[in-house]
Amino acid sequence: MSPESWFLIFPGAPGFSIAVLVVLAMVSLYLARMPVHQAIRSATRALRNGMRLTARSLELLEQRLVSRNREVLLSAGREAAERVMEREFERIEVAVNRDLSDYPALHRRLSAAIQRIEEDYQSHVESPQAPEDWVHAVDAIAKIPSSRDTMARVLKDIQASIERDQVTALAEYRKATNLRHRVLSRAMPHWRHLVKGIDSVNAALNRLLDRSRSIDRYMEEYRSIVRGDERAERALSSSSLTQFFIAGLVLAIAVGGALVNFHLIARPLQEMVGGSAYIAGFKVSQVAALVIILMEIAMGLFFMEAMRVTRLFPVIAALDDRLRVRMGWAAFVLLFILAGVEAGLAYMREVLAQDDAALIAQLAGTGTAVTSQQWITSAAQMGMGFILPFALTFVAIPLESFIHAARTVFGVVAVLGLRALAFLFRLGGNICHHLGMLLVQLYDILAFAPLGVEKLIATRGAGRKSAPSVKAAEV
Amino acid sequence: MNAKSLFLATACLLASACSEPVDHRQGVYMLLDTSGTYTQELNKAQSIMNYVLAKLDSADVFAVARIDTASFSEKDIIAKVSFDEQPSRANQQKRVFLEHINHFVNSVRSSTYTDITGGVLQGVEFLREAGTGTKTILIFSDMKEEIPEGYVRDVPLDLEGIEVVALNVTKLRGDNIDPREYAGRLEAWKSKVEQAGGRWRVINDLERLEAIIQE
Repeated sequence: MSPESWFLIFPGAPGFSIAVLVVLAMVSLYLARMPVHQAIRSATRALRNGMRLTARSLELLEQRLVSRNREVLLSAGREAAERVMEREFERIEVAVNRDLSDYPALHRRLSAAIQRIEEDYQSHVESPQAPEDWVHAVDAIAKIPSSRDTMARVLKDIQASIERDQVTALAEYRKATNLRHRVLSRAMPHWRHLVKGIDSVNAALNRLLDRSRSIDRYMEEYRSIVRGDERAERALSSSSLTQFFIAGLVLAIAVGGALVNFHLIARPLQEMVGGSAYIAGFKVSQVAALVIILMEIAMGLFFMEAMRVTRLFPVIAALDDRLRVRMGWAAFVLLFILAGVEAGLAYMREVLAQDDAALIAQLAGTGTAVTSQQWITSAAQMGMGFILPFALTFVAIPLESFIHAARTVFGVVAVLGLRALAFLFRLGGNICHHLGMLLVQLYDILAFAPLGVEKLIATRGAGRKSAPSVKAAEV
Repeated sequence: MNAKSLFLATACLLASACSEPVDHRQGVYMLLDTSGTYTQELNKAQSIMNYVLAKLDSADVFAVARIDTASFSEKDIIAKVSFDEQPSRANQQKRVFLEHINHFVNSVRSSTYTDITGGVLQGVEFLREAGTGTKTILIFSDMKEEIPEGYVRDVPLDLEGIEVVALNVTKLRGDNIDPREYAGRLEAWKSKVEQAGGRWRVINDLERLEAIIQE
C-alpha cells in the first residue's frame, strides 16, 4: 500500500472509500460536536475575559494616571501662580518703599508750601482804602446853606484836594497792586512744587493701582486653579505643551552651543590628558571636555538657583539669604575661572591647529602653511571660549521649563498610550469572541449532514407532538 | 521607579566601563623594496609614508624598513617611532622621522636580492612587540621575491590579526609577456598571507591612499 492510498478502506473503489470516510468523519464530528463547541467557547471566552480584564486594568491605570497628571498639572500651575504673585508683591513692596516711603517728608513739604501760599495770600489781601469818605464829606458840605461863591470856592478846594488825594491813592493802589503781583509771582514756584508733588503721588498711586489690578487677575487665576476648574486645567495643559516645545527648541540651540564649546576644548585637552587614553570607548580628552562643559552648566544652574531665577533645587531656595548670595558668588567665580580656562584652551587650540597645518604642509611638500590675520581666528576662538560658558548659564531657565512641562507632556502621552492599549485589548477580546462563534459555525458546516438529519427528526417530532394538541383543540 | 532607572543606568555604565579595554593604537610597519630598478619608485613610497605619518596619532607606532638581500634583521629598520601621548610632541617626532626618511631616500643603494618574507617576519616581530591594537604591514614592492642561496624562507608565518597591504605592485617585463605571472604572483602572496591568518589587500592606485590605513 502506497502512502497516498492508506485511506482507501475498499481498495479498488476510491470513490466509495472516500464517501465512507466522509460519512464517518461527519458522524464523528457530530458526536463530538458538543464537547468541541464547549472547548472552543471556553477557550475564546477565557481569551476574551483575559483581554477584557487587562483592558479594564489599563483603563483603571489610565484613570489613575489622568488623576495624577491633573494633580501634578494643578500643583505646578498653583506653584507658578504663587511665584508670579510673590513677584508682584515684591514689586509692590519695592514701589511702596521707593515712592511712598518719603510720603511724610512730601507731606511736610506740601504743608509748608500751602502755608507759605496762605501767608502770601493773607499778606496781599489788605488793599488801600478807597477815597469814598470824601464823597460823604462833599455831600455834607453841599448841604450847608451859604453863598454860591463861597460854596464854589470850597468845592473847588475840595475838588483840588480830592484830585490830589485821588492821584496819591492811585499811586498807593498801584504800588500795592505791584506788591501783590510780586508776592503772587513769588508764590508760583510753591504752586508748581505743590502740583508736582501731587502729580508724583498720583503717579505712584496709579502704579500701585495697576499692580493691584494685576494681582487681582493673578489671584482670580490662582483661585481657579485651587478650585480645579476645567478651564484652568485646559489652560495649564496648553501652556505646558507650548512650554515643552519652546523650551525644547531653546535646549536644542543650547546643545548646539555646547557642541561648539566641546570642539573648542577637546583638541587642546589632548595635550593635558593624552591623545590615546580611552574610557568606555571614548577618548579621555573628549570625556574631560564634556566634564568641563557639564561643570559649567552645573555652575550656571547653581548661579541661577542662587539668584532665585529658577527653582530646581529646593535646598538652595530654602537657604538663608546671605548664604544663598554667597553661594551665588561662589558659583559665579568658579564659572568665571572655567570661562578663563576655556579661553586659554581655545587659544591653545589655535596654536596646535597651526602646528598641525604646518606639519601637514611639510608632509605634503607644499611648504609652511602660514596665513595672515591669524590673530582674528585666535581672538574669535578665545572670545567664544570665554562667552559660551556664560551663555550656557541661561540653559537653566529653559531646562526648568522643559522638566516641568515634560512631566505633563509625558503624562499625556502615557495616558494616550494606555488608552490605545486598552482599546487594542478590548478589540482583541471581541475578535476572540467572534472568532469562537465563527469556529463553532464552521464546525457545524463540516457536520452539516447529521445536523440536517437531526433537524429533520426534530421537526417531525415537533409535528407529531403538535398534531394531537391540534386535534384536542379541535375537539 | 526612579531607583530602578538609576540602578539600570549605573549598571550599564559599569558594564561598559568594566568591559575588555580596547587598544586603539595603530602599528604600521612599512617595507620598502630597494632591489634593482625599484629604487626609482621610492619617491612614490615617500608620499605614502608622508600620508601614513599624517594619519597616525598619539601613541601609535610606525617603522620603515628596507627589503634587501636578507631582510630579517633589525639593521634593516631605517626609522622607527612610538609617538608620544601629547599630539604636539608627536608632531615633533613626525618631523624628525620625516628627515630620517628623506635622508634614506636620497642615499639608498640597490640590493641584489629581494627578501620580502624576511622583511615580513621582521615586521611581525616588531608589531607583536609593540602590542598595538591594529597591526598593518605595508609592502612597497613588485612582490617578486628573490632569495639568495642558502637562506631559508620557507618558514610558517603567523599573521593572525595582521593586515598585509601590497602597494604599487608594478608589472615586470615578464608580466607583460605573460600576465598570468603577475596574477599568479599576487595570488601566491594572498594565499600565503591568508593561510598564515592574516588579511591581504593590494592597492596600486596611489590616489586612493585613504584606503591604506583602515580606521
